[in-house]
Parts: sequence; structure tokens; C-alpha cells
Amino acid sequence: MFRYISKRILATIPVMVMVVVLVFLMLRLSSADPAAIIAGDNAATEQIQGIRVKLGLDQPVLAQFATWLAKVSTGDLGESFFFKKQVSELILDRLEPTLSLALCTIILSVLIAVPLGVLAAYYTGTWIDRVVMGLAVLGFSIPVFVVGYLLMYVFSIELSWLPVQGYQRLSDGFWGWLQKLLLPCFALSAVYCALIARITRTSVQEVLGEDYVRTAHAKGLTNRIVLMRHALRNAAVPIVTVIGIGIALLIGGVVVTESVFSIPGLGRLTVDAVLARDFPTVQALVLLFSLTSVMVNLFIDLSYTLFDPRIRY
Amino acid sequence: MSIKTLRRTCLTVSIVIAGIASLVLQRAALAQAQAQTILRAVMHSDLKIVDPVWTTAYISRNHGYMIYDTLFATDALGAVQPQMIDTYQLSEDKTVYTMTLRDGLLWHDGKPVTSEDCIASIKRWAARDVVGQAMMAHVKDFVAVDQKTFKINLKEPTAAVMLGLSRASGTAFMMPKRVADTSPQEQISDYIGSGPFVFKTNEWKPGSKVVYEKFAQYKPRAEPPSAMAGGKDVKVDRVEWLAIADQQTAVSALLAGEIDIIEQPSHDLLPMLKKNANIQFSDWSSLGNQYVFRFNSLNKPFDNARARQAIWYAFNQEDFLKAVIGDPDYYKVCKSMFFCGTPLGTTKGMENLLESNFKKARELVKESGYDGTPIVLLHSTDRHVYANLAPVAKSLLEKAGFKVDMQSMDWQSVVVRRAKKDPVAKGGWNLTITSTNNVLNPLESSYLNAACEKTTFGWPCDAQIEKLRDDFSRETDLTKQLALVEAVQLRAIEYPVYIPLGQWYQPMVARKNLSGLIKAPAPVFWNITKTGK
Repeated sequence: MFRYISKRILATIPVMVMVVVLVFLMLRLSSADPAAIIAGDNAATEQIQGIRVKLGLDQPVLAQFATWLAKVSTGDLGESFFFKKQVSELILDRLEPTLSLALCTIILSVLIAVPLGVLAAYYTGTWIDRVVMGLAVLGFSIPVFVVGYLLMYVFSIELSWLPVQGYQRLSDGFWGWLQKLLLPCFALSAVYCALIARITRTSVQEVLGEDYVRTAHAKGLTNRIVLMRHALRNAAVPIVTVIGIGIALLIGGVVVTESVFSIPGLGRLTVDAVLARDFPTVQALVLLFSLTSVMVNLFIDLSYTLFDPRIRY
Repeated sequence: MSIKTLRRTCLTVSIVIAGIASLVLQRAALAQAQAQTILRAVMHSDLKIVDPVWTTAYISRNHGYMIYDTLFATDALGAVQPQMIDTYQLSEDKTVYTMTLRDGLLWHDGKPVTSEDCIASIKRWAARDVVGQAMMAHVKDFVAVDQKTFKINLKEPTAAVMLGLSRASGTAFMMPKRVADTSPQEQISDYIGSGPFVFKTNEWKPGSKVVYEKFAQYKPRAEPPSAMAGGKDVKVDRVEWLAIADQQTAVSALLAGEIDIIEQPSHDLLPMLKKNANIQFSDWSSLGNQYVFRFNSLNKPFDNARARQAIWYAFNQEDFLKAVIGDPDYYKVCKSMFFCGTPLGTTKGMENLLESNFKKARELVKESGYDGTPIVLLHSTDRHVYANLAPVAKSLLEKAGFKVDMQSMDWQSVVVRRAKKDPVAKGGWNLTITSTNNVLNPLESSYLNAACEKTTFGWPCDAQIEKLRDDFSRETDLTKQLALVEAVQLRAIEYPVYIPLGQWYQPMVARKNLSGLIKAPAPVFWNITKTGK
């Protein structure tokens, strides 16, 4: 196991290097010029050039890359062009909202989708199955921002139950934190519920046809025990895989959700940094997202051993 | 009691205590928040750069008005009024300004505002600002007479001192000397001002929230507020600028009462807001804004004045204004390089222009020797106040005989692209559209600046325009200033530097429980009272 984990972690190094090089080059070759944006609408050419020099953007791309790489290798992600703050500070500041949103969404999705998927599988072909699968199609089809606006209209404007936008830190009170997270979580979880419910249904359906399930029934076990202990556990590997993929996809989802609900998380930071051509921030964020994605996949692979003892690394 | 039971009991008690503590803390926080009057506004952009002298971005200027004060300011009639200044005199030969500061002016750290602070601030501002640079060409030196009085000695009389020190945009904000001594090429890192609000740097969350608190020791002028001038009497405890990038979300938050003001709501959302009884409309600026159609004078065919003149004939303002603003309440056809309705707004020379006379336009295009190479028109797609302009321009240009390559991109890409001097084949450009509210006179209008390489994007180069602008900066008589403005306009028709596409207005929307909103060229938050929800 230790050897496997070491190998997997080592394998991330070339992936990360490729990501770093690609992101750096794509930003530099996109002819984006943060200096013109920083200088403002009425700035003279001389002012823009002055800022360019100040930011080191007048240097050759290779020289800029070498400088940045040297800093990153020491853990220094650089300073944001716009916010005059260390990028690491900006990221740390935005981490809590995004983690809260992502965790809440995953928990909500699993709590809703897995039981629905199991129910749909158990009652295959009945109205329950059709309703669940119909909802799944809707979840897949309606974009996150549309779900967001609809929820906002109903629960915030019409019913005044929940706030429209914003984020409250957990340290400032649990109820306020939860209130502000509920709508974005429901909006974002729609698509994941759909994904997880469909996979759960298919997986459990396959397992329910296996001999050992029939044997379990023959032993006189109740439906609940057969489903939960025998069927669901054996169907868990594809479900866990899809949850893992979901976490990677969530990175894209939080960008939209955080914009719609005005949550100051990493998604919003990414959008702001891209639009402002804030190179150091974009580079650091892509690095972080790539690393997260690689790590989540590793953990998912390792978690298979928990559900299927036959899997060994 | 077994160990298991004991553990369970401890856990339950801990959870209950944590829950009670959380509730108590929440109630305390709620009580504190309720005791304060907080004004929450969504501005047109998130505040990123907090040095309003270093950048020309409007959001930084707006931030400047919150925490800094100015020596002079313009009132609702456009007249220059003293602000931090108590009294000022101009010598008989008009070469010495003697200015005395008001009593009781304090920086946010409690220290008094001095002449030395103001001199250092003027110097730093003048190094960056277009009018400041024009002013400094006439300044011999500054002399601090005492703590509160200073002199500006001029080489010759000029109107640029009062114009510059009272500018609503490109504003000369006063800072403590230690801050103003920062190189004009560097951004400041100390945000102490003497304005009506204190910038809460510890609560500033870029991309999320900017917080200002009322400066309790600020002494407003006795006069009632009028545009940027008069008493800056703050009637709320705290102002928060929330960064809500999505317009629909901002409107929903306003309707739900979570925010109080949206500075620039999208025009297409206005009908929905008009139906709501809790919402009021107001113009920050009665002057409005002017759309600017800018040529790149470095690249063919618009390096030739004939090709640029053709556009004076091909265009009409109504098509543009209808396409982007739509509601005539929020736009005005204005055939002038300067704001219509202001003392220097004139239609001199515009009689047959901007009437879509395609026959005349095609003649001029032919005379210019245009060879049919497609011209690159930059099209901003993501800002509602620009999105529909370029397609209208493309249609009218094609009717005038140009081949147009309209390239669509986000606004920031337009900003980056238009700063490039490269030929079109190497990523350069020919035409772009922007908007400005700095068109009160030829000196402050950056798009009338025809100082070749030194001016902003487009880089027009005309000695006559520059001579007229220089003459204007020396002139202090309004009648003679108007004559010079007309001369500038006539020259800008002959040697086009840009085409004005009309005036437009951006209403501000607020909850009806706010009163005392001031009409001004920049959004200001003093004098506003908030009652209930």
C-alpha cells in the first residue's frame, strides 16, 4: 500500500509540471496585458508601460517563468497584481466558503441521491423508478444558474425564508452560516444528485440480480438488510467513483454557483483573476485545483479497499 | 454510572453548551449590527486598487471620495467651490494663489492636516493626471506659509489650477505628506485620509466586501451638499460595498432588502425594478456619460483625416443610443464634443454631421484612398452598456463603404487590445468604442488630447488641437474659454480624434427607506439617511 501511494504521489509530479508550464504559457501567449487593466480607462501609454515594467511583464517569457518557478519551489506563490496581497493569503481567505459549499453539496447529494437511487433500483419499472429517473433527467438538464435563480425567487424573494446572496463565516455563527449556504448547496447539488442517483440505480440493479442476494433473501433476511448490507455495499465501488468524479467536477460548479450567489470563495476568485488577467493568482489557483483533483482521485482509489476486500494495492 | 454512559453525558452536555454559546454570540452580534446603521451598496465594480491617484479606474476614484477630501469641488451648477479650503485669493496679476485650510481638519489618525501635506499631495497627483500635468507647466513653485496656508506661484496666469484641483474625476485627493511622498509610479500602502469615512482595511475582503466607517471627527462644511461640494454630513455609521458580480442577483438582493443601493443596474432590468413599490430611482450624475467612438490614428486607413471625417457623416447618434440604452429617458442626442447643457457644451460646426449622410461619407472614403482592407472594430460583449454599440457601428460603416472585421471579446480584452500600437496584421486595431464622463472642457477630456505618443490609446497627433488646449488652460474668462472650446471642436471635426455617439444616463436604484441621495458626477455616500428596512 505504502509503495502504491508513494508511486501515485510521485506520478503527480510530471502532471503538475505540465499543468504549470501550460498555464503559464497560455496566459503569456494570450496577449493579455494586466498593466492596461490596472492603469484604468483613461491612462496614457506611458503609464501603462510603467506598470508593465513594474510588474516585470516587459521581461522575456522564459525569464518570467524562471522567476516564478524559483518562487513557487520555495512555496511563494507570488503577489497578486491587483490586490497587492500575497496569493497564498488570498487563497486561504477564500478557502472556507468553497470548502463549506463543496462539502455541504456532496453531503446533501449523497444523502438525497443514494437512497433515491436504491429505491429506483428496488422498484425498477414502477412509478417510483420513473419519477426518480425523471428528476435525474431534470437535474442534468437545467443549468446550475437557472436552478439558483429559481430557488432565489421562491425562497428569498417570495417567501423571505433564506437570504439571496453572500456568505457568513462559521466562526460568526452556525445558523447564519447554514442559512447562507442552503440555497447554493441545493442549486449545486441538483446535477450531482442526478449523477449519483443514476449510477446508484444501475449499480444496485446489477447487484440485486446476483446469486448472493438471492441467497440472502433465502436465508430470510429482511429487504432492508439485504439492500443495505449486501446490495449497497457491493455496489459501492462505482458509486464512490462517481462521487469522486463529482468532487473534481464540483470545481467547475462552484465557479458558477459562487458567482450567482455572490459567495467569496475560490470560484469567484478564479473568475475575477481571469477577467483581470491577474497572472499570479490564476496560476496558483490552477495549480491548487489540479492538485486537489489528483489527490481526490488517489483517495477514491484507496477507498475501494474499504468496500471491496479483494482490491489490494 | 458506566464509562460509556459518562462519555455520552459529557458529549451531550458539550453539544448543548456549544449550542447555547453559539446562540448567545449570534444574538450579541445581531444586537450590535442592529444598533448600527449600515448602508450596503453594490458598486459597478469590485475595488481592487486603493490608490485613486495611481489609477484612473472609476471605482478607485469613488473609494477616494469616501476616505479623502479635496481642496476644491464643483457644485451642481458646475461652479468651483472651496472644500478643505477656508479662504483663497488670487493676486492681481493672477500669478499667485494663496490658500488657507479650514480649521479642524484632521487625518484619520488624529493628526492635523497641514499645508505641507497638501503641497505633497498636489505634486503627486499632478505627476499622474492630465490636467495636473498641464497645471504644472504653469507652476513656478509651492510655498508653505504656515501650518494652514500655502501659496502656488505661477509662471503665468492659468485656469488649470482651479480646474485641476476641483476635478470630479482624476481628482486631486489630499493625503498626509508621508503618504503623498510615495513615488507617483508606486501605489500607496497607507490609507489614511481626512475624508468623511475611514477605510477599514482589516475588514476589506477583495472580491467580497469593502467597509467604511463614519469618521466621527470629520467637520463638514456648513453649506448644504451640492454635487461634490458643500457639507459632507455622514448620517450612517457604516457603509459596505458588496461585490455582487451578477446583476440579477444584485437586483434580487435589493428586492429582498439585503442591500440598499445598486450603483449601475443593467438598463434591461429597470422595467422590473420600476414595478416595485419599495424601489426608488435616482441619477448620480445629471451630466451623464458620453459614448466615444475612437480611431487608431497610427494605422491605415484612419491615419488619414479624410477617412475619419467620413465617419462624422456616416454615423447618427440615435441608432447607437436606441440599440444600447433603449429608453429615451436615459439617453440624449448631443451633437457636441462636450456635455450638452453645460456652460461649454456647444454644437458649433455640427450642423450637417451625424445624420447618416452615406453619399457624402462614401465620397470621403474614396478621397481617402481606402483600399478595401477590412478594418478591425473591437466589440465588447460582456458589458451591457457597450455590447450593442459595435454591431450598429459595423452596419453604418459598411454603408459608408468600409469593410469591417468586428472582433468580439470581453471588456478587459478590449482594454488590453486597444493599448497596443501594433499594426492590424500584428494584433493591432482600427476602431473601438468606450464611454467617458470627463468632457466638461478640452483640458480634462483625455480623448481630445492630441499629443501623439503621449496621449491615451488612438494616439492622435495634432499641434493645432494641442495649441488650443494650451490656450484654454491659460484662459480664465468664461466667454473667451467658450470661443476656444468652439475652436477646438471645429478643429476636431476637421482633424477627427473621436466621434461622440451621444449622451447616456445611468440611473441608480435604491430602497425607498433611503433619503438624501445626492446627484453628483461620482457616487457619494454622505447626507444619506436610512430608516427602517
